[in-house]
This record gives sequence, C-alpha cells and structure tokens, in this order.
Amino acid sequence: MGAVAFAAAPLPPAAKTHSFMSAPNPTAFVEMTGVTKQYAGVTALDDVDFTVRPGEAVCLAGENGSGKSTLIKLLSGVEGTTAGTIQIGGQDMTGLSPRDATAAGVLVIFQDFSLFPNLTVAENIAFANELTEGRRFYSRRHARAVARKVLDRIGVDIPLGARLETLPVAHKQLVAICRALACEAKLIVMDEPTTALTGKEVAALLDIIRLLKEQGVAVIFVSHKLAEVLAVSERVVVLRNGKKVAEGPAEEFDTASLTRHMTGRDVAEAAPEAFTDAGETLLEVAGLQKDGSFHDISFSMKAGEVLGITGLLGSGRTSLAKALFGLVAPDTGRITLDGAEVPLGDPLAAAAARIGYVPEDRLTEGLFLTQSILRNVAVGRLHEHERSGFLDMRGLVGEASDWLTRLKVKTPSITAPVQSLSGGNQQRVALARWMARAPRLLILNGPSVGVDVGSKADIHEIIRDLGRQGLGVIVISDDLPELLATCHRILVMRGGAITDEIAGGSISEDALALKLAS
Amino acid sequence: MRQGWKDLLTRNETLVAVVIVLFCIVAALSDPNFLTVTTLSDLLRASIVLGILAVGCMLVLISGGIDVSFTAVAVSAMYMTTKLSLTVWPEMPWPLIFAASIGFGALLGAINGVFIAFIGLPTLIVTLGTLSVFRGFLLTFVGSDRISALPPEMREFSRMVIARGTTEAGHFYSLPWSLAALVAVIGLTAFILHKTMLGRSIFALGGSVESARRLGIDVRRTQFFVYVYVGALAGLAGILHGSMGRMADPFSLVGLELSVIAAVVLGGARLIGGYGTITGTLLGVALIVLVQNSLIVIGIPSTWQSVTIGALILLGTGLPAYQAKRAAARAG
Repeated sequence: MGAVAFAAAPLPPAAKTHSFMSAPNPTAFVEMTGVTKQYAGVTALDDVDFTVRPGEAVCLAGENGSGKSTLIKLLSGVEGTTAGTIQIGGQDMTGLSPRDATAAGVLVIFQDFSLFPNLTVAENIAFANELTEGRRFYSRRHARAVARKVLDRIGVDIPLGARLETLPVAHKQLVAICRALACEAKLIVMDEPTTALTGKEVAALLDIIRLLKEQGVAVIFVSHKLAEVLAVSERVVVLRNGKKVAEGPAEEFDTASLTRHMTGRDVAEAAPEAFTDAGETLLEVAGLQKDGSFHDISFSMKAGEVLGITGLLGSGRTSLAKALFGLVAPDTGRITLDGAEVPLGDPLAAAAARIGYVPEDRLTEGLFLTQSILRNVAVGRLHEHERSGFLDMRGLVGEASDWLTRLKVKTPSITAPVQSLSGGNQQRVALARWMARAPRLLILNGPSVGVDVGSKADIHEIIRDLGRQGLGVIVISDDLPELLATCHRILVMRGGAITDEIAGGSISEDALALKLAS
Repeated sequence: MRQGWKDLLTRNETLVAVVIVLFCIVAALSDPNFLTVTTLSDLLRASIVLGILAVGCMLVLISGGIDVSFTAVAVSAMYMTTKLSLTVWPEMPWPLIFAASIGFGALLGAINGVFIAFIGLPTLIVTLGTLSVFRGFLLTFVGSDRISALPPEMREFSRMVIARGTTEAGHFYSLPWSLAALVAVIGLTAFILHKTMLGRSIFALGGSVESARRLGIDVRRTQFFVYVYVGALAGLAGILHGSMGRMADPFSLVGLELSVIAAVVLGGARLIGGYGTITGTLLGVALIVLVQNSLIVIGIPSTWQSVTIGALILLGTGLPAYQAKRAAARAG
C-alpha cells in the first residue's frame, strides 16, 4: 500500500503536507479529494471532494449518469481514479483494489445484494469474512457462529439454516448488511436500498441503520428515491453531470429541493386537474374474486379518469391488476368495458377489448431488450398491418415512429436496441407499444419503478395527458407521491379487499400512508 | 420441523428412492431370485464406472456448467494409458497405470478448463467440441484397434476382489476392489464440496457468478479446478472400465454421457447450477443401473429402457419444477 502511495505522489513530503491540509476533517473516515474519472475522454466525475465521518450517514443523490455510481466504484476500488486522492482511515489509499477496500472496511451492498440464492443464510453472511480471513477449509459451525454474532448485533432473527432464495426481499437485504458487518465494515455503501421495500420494511431498515451508526458504522445511501432515507442522514451530497452541485446538512433538504438540485430544473408536480365525472362509464368491475389473492372487488370508472390502486406488497393489488388484463383467472365476478362483458382470465380477449397492461418489471416482462426500439413498439401491431398475408412494413414503421415522437422517446435511432435507452425512455417505449393499439383502458403497474426523478415527472405528465385524451388509466403503485400527482381517485387495498376510496387531492401523503399501513 | 418434513417430501432424492424401492418390490415379486446377493453385487459392479462419472458430472452442474465430453476424456485416457504401457513398459505396476490414466484425464480436462475458465466460452459449446475432437484424435492418431491383451497388471487388478463366494442357496457373488475407487471418489468429493472453501466456492459460482466475482472468489481458478477434477475422475473411470472389461476398446464409453447426466439430474442437481447432492446423484445412478440391467425382470422388454429412463427424467425433474412453479405463483 505504501509503495502505491509514494508512486502516486511526486515526493513523500508532498503527501505529508497533503494530509496536514486535510486537517479541517481530522476525524474523517473517508476523504476523497479532487477525484476525477474519465472514460475514453468522457468525464464521468469532475474534481469532486467527498468525505464521510465515522458513524455518519450520507445521502449521495443524483440522476442516472450523474456520476454517483462512478464515485462508488472509485471508493470501492473497482475502478482507478484519473486524478485526485482517496484516503481511508487516515491513510492514503489512492489506487486501491477491491480487496484493499474490503480490508479497510469499505463494503458496498449492490442493488441486487449479490447474494447466493442456493446457500444458507449463515453461509451467505460468513462467506466474505471467511474469504478475507484466507481460510482454506469450511466449517459449518464456524459460519453459523459468525452469522449468529452479527444477527445478534443488529437484533434480527432470521433462521440460519434457511436457503436464501426462500427469504423475502427485506430479509435478503438484512443478510447482505450482515455479510458486510461480518467483514468488520466501517462504511457500508447501500445502492438504492429502499426500492424493493414496503413502507413498514423501510422503517425497520432505518432502525437498523440508526443502530449501526451508534456502533460507529458510517453509511452512504446512493439513491434517487431519497425522501425515505433523509430522516436518518446527517448530510446530503448531490451530483449532477459529474460535478458536486450541492452539499449540506440533511435538515436543509426536502424532496423538492433535492429534485431541483438533481435535475437542475424545477420539476414541481402538479396534481391532475379536477375530474368532471360527467363522462360515460368505461369500466365496471363487479364481485371479482380470486381465492387467496383478492375478494369482493367492485368498482367502476369513467372515460378520462385516472384511477389509482394502492396497497402494501401482498395486499392483492398486483393480482387484481393482472386479473383485469386476464393474466390471472378470477374465480367469480364480472368485468365490463364500454358495456360489453370481457371474458375472464383471457389476455388475448382483454387485448381485443382494448385493455392494455404495462407490467411492473418492464425489463423482464414487457420488452425485448436486445431487439430494436421500433420492433418493440411494432410487435403488438403486426396483425393490423397485414396485407393479404404480407406485412406492410411502411405502415408499421410509420405508426410506430409516430408514437415514439408523441411520447418523446429520446433516441438517436429507432433501430437501436431498447437496452441502450435509459430507464425512463424504456418505459416510454413500453407505453408506445400499447398506445399504438389505441386502447380504451390502460393499466400501468408501477409505472416509474427504477426511473430517475426527471423521467418520473415526465412519465407522470404522460399519464395525466392520457387521461385528458379520454382514456381510462389505472395506476397500480405504492409510490404515494406518484398516486397523488396522477390520480383523480385512489382505491386502497388491504388483505385482498378494497378498504378505502379516496378522492385525489383531498388527502396528504402522510394520511394516505397511514391508511395503507393501519 | 414440519417444514423439514415437507422439504424431505418434495426433494428429488426422496422421489428417486421411492421409485427404487417400488421397482425392487415389483421385481422381487415377479422373480424370487432378484433379491439376492448376486443381483446386488452385479448391480454394484455396474454402478462403479457410471457412479464415478456421475460424481464428476454433478460437480460441473453445481458450478453452473455442463460437461458432455467426459466420456471421450475417459476412453482417451484409458486407451492412451494402455498403449503407453504396452509400448514402454508392459510390466508397469497397476498403481502407476492408474496414475497415468488419471493424469491424462486431468490434462484433457485442463484443455476444457482453459477454454471455459480463461477464454470464457460457454461450457456446452466447449465440451461438445472437445467431445468430438478428443474422440476423433484418439481414433485417428492413437489407434482404433480393440486391445484384449492388456498389460498383465491391469488384468491382475481386475481379479482382485474384496469378497467373493457362493451363498448356501448357490448364488455366486464377488465384489471387486474397483468398488473401493468409487468409495474413495465419493469421500474425496464430499470432503471438497462440504469442508473446503474451494467446494463452497463451486456452490457459490453456481448460485451467481457475478456475486462470486464481486465477493472476491477467484472464479477462473475455481472453474479451472472443476474441469481438471472432472477430467481426472473420467481418467480413473476409464481405466477401471478397461480393466474390469479386460479390454481397451476405443469405441466404448462415448454415448454414455446422456445416461450419466440423466442420473445426476434425476438425483436433484439442477441444470441452472448451484444445486446437487452426492446422495441424490448415487440414487440417480442406482435407478439408471436398475433400469438398464433389470427392467426385463419386471416384465418390461429391454427395448423400453430409454423410454423408461426418459419418462423417469420427465417425472423426476418435472414434478419438483411444477411444484416450485405453483409455489411461486402462490407467493406472487
């Protein structure tokens, strides 16, 4: 390590002076000074200073491409810096390797947790620790002891012998945290820690974070869904286009100001205009029931209305959404659209009745990622453009590119693969496919999951616009600000039944959260 | 505890064990001579080569790969060793012959390992390629004659028995020492898989290569080891096959790979990697050997062998997969 430090600095005394210069932060655990990273001429990170003190929680905010992932890669040794220095625990660690970072106590919990689904909880927790200890032999008893110790440390009880794949997401995350702790973590970097969690699980996670901070462990939250972690954070650092654009105590930030810093513009979310319910009834659902998922579901909605359906994970909201599109076959009940009954449990019939469904996980369920943007939009319209057995390519392409323009998909070429687009633009492509079928009712399941703030506001505007055009839109989501920003009416589900019906704009976010959880 | 019982009931091992017991009951009812020491010793003998190959194959499946070349490795190692011994030193003692065959096997396995671990090619494509290349190389450059005049030490080894005799009812039985090789392979593999970090890394690799890499597991070295180890086991299985059959036949063994993979998959190893047990693999081998040798006893013509094995695979792997799918649908 020392050799690396000397090689990086021109003269040993210079390195010394440098550490004196950082005297304002004598207790900093991590101190990154003037770090810059260039990839093939593109500057991903530009002269950024970043410090973390022991026991401190820092929010690192920024949109996709702002440089926050790059900063984490430099800190964890996955990539080397182009310029600037990194000190960890008072020692110059510029040019560190991932193993050095781990040894110094810097551990990253990736969004996918990087766990092993086929191994037990105990082994998942102990594995990294046993690797760094350089063990050659494996002892189940030792692994269990290591796991038991860290689980006790954060006061959580997860069966040690359970296979990881059988655990709920929240527990997997705890296992990932425990694994970091088993490696004597002094700084845990959490990438998008709350995305997959329900409100209750987030609260439990924050309690654990508080506990860790008391034990002197520092935490960096890397996120674009920040409201939830602000409560336990001391400091916020906002990156935009590779530069640090804001830094300060967490109390000085709120969702609006964070968004402004992240996007560089005001993305104030306007609530949808008041809905005049003079329109004709579009959808009528009566007595829909599916054993073990939902029961007694009856509601109706009008053309031009945006209806929110919300509830915690397991409340039946996703099953209901799928049932409306025929992906889940209900046991009993009726669905009528424009006065005509839609057969249950038949997605093709639902599509023919002009119901559209955009799934939650657009990456795996909705889009052909390696295929071109154009093909992804056109795939649902092949039958309409059939001319005596042949495909009218010009008509197909024309229609698809028309929708891509109307939905403002930003792409240099419509023949580029969908996976080359950002999350928000991918969502637009999925939407464009459905819009091309001229639907009467569009069901959007988690329309902005995993999308950054700027694109999110755009998607919300698209949703409001769809309503204005006279479509019925159902938004399934547990993102409460999203519901409030888009919906005229919100149905709350709990335990498979609709427990509340709320007019949009008549309720605050906190009050809505209470209705969900109580 | 209830969870434990449920787990036990839905495991492949249980299913395979139940099928084996049923098979034996039906066989015993239709032929009283089935449940004798003779049958048992015959079946054990037939399991040795298949068992060693299956244990190696299981290791590859656990690591998340697949190997179809091990039969070509086995027959090449066996035939090259025999040729070498006959030309250089016909009186070569059998431990040395065995070591040579294991060495050849490991070498050929290392070729797979280089392509897979260091160049990063897909395992199925590499081993499909080497299956053809190894066998073609053997027949073209090493020889295509069946050699029945084996080195005397190999014949000597095949005569060594742990126990042999005739029961009071007049049933003849013998247990060859090659059975000890299978036991040793099982012991060694179980130790590697469950008691060393290397073994746990193989499981980790099968669970998620990306996670393994991020955690600092040396993915390439682990993969390389897997293919070398499988090669070595194939070399051992090959030379055992040659000695027990008292003939070095360059046309044998190849074609057996699907039966071996079938046995391993029946035993619960998953093609996606990360799962597999030695108990399950051995049960799978036992079932395949039973079907191959004793189907006739329960009145099914032996031409139905492959149909039976196919049906067992569909049932044995399809049922748990269907259960998992239903469980996932309920959870969602």
